[in-house]
Amino acid sequence: MNAPDRSAPDPHGFLRGRERWRPVEALPWLIAIGAFFALPDYMILGTQVITMIIFALSLDLILGYAGIVSLGHAAYFGAGAYATGMLSAHLGWGEPISGLLFGGAVAGLVGFVSGWVLLRYHGLTLLMLTLATAIMLQELANVLEVWTGGFDGLLGMEFTPLFGLFENDLWGHAYYWYALAVLAICFLFARRLVHSAFGRTLVGIRENTRRMHAIGSPVHWRLVTVYTASATMAGLAGALFAEINAYVTLDVLSFARSGAVLIVLILGGTGRLYGAFVGATVYVILEDELAKASPEFWEFGVGLVLVLVVLFFRGGLLGGLDSAARRLKEARS
Amino acid sequence: MTPALEVRDLCRSFGALHVARNINLALAPGARQALIGPNGAGKTMLVNLITGALKPDSGAVFVRGEEITDLGQAARVKKGLARTYQINQLFRELTVLENIALSVAERRRRGANLLQPFSRNRETVDEAAQLIETLRLGDDMLKPIRELPYGRQRLVEIAITLGQRPEVLLLDEPAAGVPSTESHIILEALDALPDNIAILIIEHDMEVVFRFAEQVTVLVGGAVLVEGPPAAIAKDEGVRAVYLGEHEHG
Repeated sequence: MNAPDRSAPDPHGFLRGRERWRPVEALPWLIAIGAFFALPDYMILGTQVITMIIFALSLDLILGYAGIVSLGHAAYFGAGAYATGMLSAHLGWGEPISGLLFGGAVAGLVGFVSGWVLLRYHGLTLLMLTLATAIMLQELANVLEVWTGGFDGLLGMEFTPLFGLFENDLWGHAYYWYALAVLAICFLFARRLVHSAFGRTLVGIRENTRRMHAIGSPVHWRLVTVYTASATMAGLAGALFAEINAYVTLDVLSFARSGAVLIVLILGGTGRLYGAFVGATVYVILEDELAKASPEFWEFGVGLVLVLVVLFFRGGLLGGLDSAARRLKEARS
Repeated sequence: MTPALEVRDLCRSFGALHVARNINLALAPGARQALIGPNGAGKTMLVNLITGALKPDSGAVFVRGEEITDLGQAARVKKGLARTYQINQLFRELTVLENIALSVAERRRRGANLLQPFSRNRETVDEAAQLIETLRLGDDMLKPIRELPYGRQRLVEIAITLGQRPEVLLLDEPAAGVPSTESHIILEALDALPDNIAILIIEHDMEVVFRFAEQVTVLVGGAVLVEGPPAAIAKDEGVRAVYLGEHEHG
């Protein structure tokens, strides 16, 4: 093999190399498929993990790439969940795939409108406005009791079998594959997006907004675009949640949920897509195990793990793995 | 001939502090003009006013005869007006290649493309690589900015702006903070710029000013004190009093 010519780095090869699929990227999918056969009794938990991955992935698009910190991302998860839920409960539309798309579209619309206003602001102001948006939506859902069921939650959803064949069974088997398929589509989209010219400009905005203005970038539109895409994806996760449980409460719009998704992403690592996979898996399983061990104090355990990860792994669990691998490589050479 | 850049009666104040008082300025296409003045004279403020980072209280700015006073920053860039910063404004986590390719991609209006991989923009990447070659940054092309010494970063700062192919270029102390052993690289890069670009350079180093500029504008307290060729400016009593004298002793 020829050693690459050090005096002339290859810009095209370098950029293509970044975008290329690596063998290790097959791992999460193999694990997901393997889990179905190895742990058939845990598929309801597995579906929860997948829903959380989609939600965290949507947050990574705005937080990890564009640098928009949000404390109210549940607004879009909840918008999707209620849209799909109400479509079924009030209008009797129970076909799951179109219901899911409807939930995503409504959340995307909410994301576009709120983003258009919110993203004119920066820093702490923006942070507070994201928080306020979710709180306002939650209050709205509380007041519009006739449609949302208010505090008691939205009941009466009925969903038809997937493709007319696969019922949402007690073990969650069919919906596991359904959720996995939705995740695969969302992931492919997100991966394309972050490696596109648009995705690079988002990183530019994250790194230096002022300079992006100075090279003629329509910064506001770029942010509104990614915010809308992110809200749509969060809405798909919420719609999936509604279809799986056939029950939606005000909890889908809660601050706790906005906080949880932020924790998931920071735990896994931001700005790397796969951080959502690792973070969501660890978080949901940890929550499940700790809640079994100590139903009252499980949140203490989650908090402790988060503190330890933030203190000892820069860039989350995946970031920690990265630097460990690098150190190992350096030690060898 | 229509000036490449024209500033008419530009005023701006913050309360009692006048940072721009009736500033008039015109650069012909291909002009090499320097803007000098003591600290706090309002040089960077003038750049901010021209590029739209700051709104004037009154007055107007024209690029090639077209008024741009009401346009936003990004829209002015599209009219051919670009600047560099006194303090580097780079994308620190990205490589040199990406820093410059980002600028070229924005100029070519590729930045809204959501689904095509960035590497497919072959012409954009080629053009960025060309600029990197021109500024002799080839060895650092694939390094992230944060790994570069300051002098090299300064070159990236200029390269990003050149990625806009400006017709009017505002250079805010391009050699500031660069060790004197490396400043010649920046000067050579400036000498190599296409002749048709009109350039306004803010600079403290008189050697650079006298070598580079054909015309010098002296700004004091937000107002133009005097304007003329370098030799005349060097002899001007008023300038010596407020600026050169102070500079020689300092």
